[in-house]
Amino acid sequence: MFSGGLAKKQRQTRIRWTIYATSIALIALLAFIADWPNLQKTLANPDVAASLFPDIILLAARNTLIFTAVGFTGGFVIAMTMALMRISKIRVFRIVSTVYIEVLRGLPLLLTIILIGLGLPIGIAGFRQMPIFWRGVIALALVTGAYMAETIRAGIESVPPGQNEAGRSLGLSKSQTMRWIVLPQALRTIIPPLTNEFVILIKDTSLISVLGVTASTKELTRFAREGVISNANATPLIVAGLVYLALTIPLTQVARRLETKTGRV
Amino acid sequence: MSSVPAIEIRNLFKSFGPLEVLKGIDFSVAQGEVVAVIGPSGSGKSTLLRCVNLLETPDSGEIKIEGFNILDPDCDVDKVRRKIGMVFQLFNLFPHLTVLENLTIAQRKVLKRSDEESEAVARKNLERVGLLNMIERYPGLLSGGQKQRVAIARALSMDPDMMLFDEVTSALDPELVGEVLDAMRVLADEGMTMMAVTHEMEFARQVADRIVFMDGGVIVEQGPPAQIIDNPQHERTRKFLRAVAQED
Ligand SMILES: Nc1ncnc2c1ncn2[C@@H]1O[C@H](COP(=O)(O)OP(=O)(O)OP(=O)(O)O)[C@@H](O)[C@H]1O
Ligand SMILES: [Mg+2]
Repeated sequence: MFSGGLAKKQRQTRIRWTIYATSIALIALLAFIADWPNLQKTLANPDVAASLFPDIILLAARNTLIFTAVGFTGGFVIAMTMALMRISKIRVFRIVSTVYIEVLRGLPLLLTIILIGLGLPIGIAGFRQMPIFWRGVIALALVTGAYMAETIRAGIESVPPGQNEAGRSLGLSKSQTMRWIVLPQALRTIIPPLTNEFVILIKDTSLISVLGVTASTKELTRFAREGVISNANATPLIVAGLVYLALTIPLTQVARRLETKTGRV
Repeated sequence: MSSVPAIEIRNLFKSFGPLEVLKGIDFSVAQGEVVAVIGPSGSGKSTLLRCVNLLETPDSGEIKIEGFNILDPDCDVDKVRRKIGMVFQLFNLFPHLTVLENLTIAQRKVLKRSDEESEAVARKNLERVGLLNMIERYPGLLSGGQKQRVAIARALSMDPDMMLFDEVTSALDPELVGEVLDAMRVLADEGMTMMAVTHEMEFARQVADRIVFMDGGVIVEQGPPAQIIDNPQHERTRKFLRAVAQED
């Protein structure tokens, strides 16, 4: 009974050594069976990589960032509207925003993009005039707006009710109190989650590539995929992946730093 | 027009769900009068005070501010609130604004005063509470007593006709209570109409013209401080005063 602690420790040590041994064996096996020169040629080919520049930055990454920025801005406007409707006293507003948020968060993003990009134009003639990548960006804005609406609402509700009461008792109207007292405090707390939403959006713009876009509106994923086909080589995917990481990792770090900062206040 | 009461409340009822908090309150405050409201926790003091500027909506009854029925559906609530300054137990300063901005924001947005005018008013009122040197600070850097004096100055910057105080010293360390009570005393001496929920019996005795004792959602008794504190007529009042005396 009293030796239980020791036995447990020994068992843990044994398990750990088993894991180490298995991992080393697996790596060794992979190294042995892998055809390194061929892998290098097809996944990390310097000539193919060099041929991607400068278009992968000046065209593809640029489009990715434009789609992200436009989608985020549109999404923010939608989110603010939906968040305010969600906490409104008017029941119809609350219902509309709840349905909107739940539906768009409940659907797979890919389905929404195809629905708005390809489905709606079938039924609505006006949509057909719109360049196809714009339809994709609209779909992104609608969906990210639904996610951000919940973030903004949570931010508004995190402001103590006394702030609202103090504003109102000074004679500020409901909307003035919201605009000058509550929202500025709410936005402070939600900047980190909004930054994370921006990072998610950078990645999600890759889904627009399923719509089929013109040469000038290719974003990173589309660009890389076409590179794969035309070169019969997978290097473009690796390079595009690195470009995504160069965008997302620093932003994630910024969000993390903001989080700990606002957490301290 | 000073014959019209500043606050006149008749037969006021208020419930939160099944809990009846105000059970028929009749009560008025004359212009220039200082009224202290006392009573045990949960007796409905805050609720009564918050009804006066409609932070709570009563279920029935009548509230007149300077003779004007504020429960009339046509009444512009924001206009009524401008005339009534309110100071809260937890200060409720705006943490994202400097002291100066705390005092000017409503002046600019509500009274449409210019930047220069609102700043001049703010300076005047900060000087009154002895905090002009804190004008550039953010509220987070002030002590509790300083925060509460800023809150008083903020309310005064709207040039209210009357002031409501809801246990404004309850959240303060004992050594900071005096400076806030002093600021209130100065206001009372200047003739401000005041309604203050308080546990500070000495303050009530010295500063109030009248003490109102509430218990269980009704006004049990009211009268001049000396009468209520030294010679209460009701057993409930005596019991409460004994309890308060023991606390100190
Ligand atoms: N918004 C609310 N919702 C539900 N119940 C409430 C609400 N506000 C107050 N109450 C209840 O109403 C009763 C009276 O509250 P009120 O704050 O007016 O008492 P009080 O006399 O100010 O007490 P205290 O001295 O503790 O501040 C309490 O039982 C309280 O829990
Ligand atoms: Mg109270």
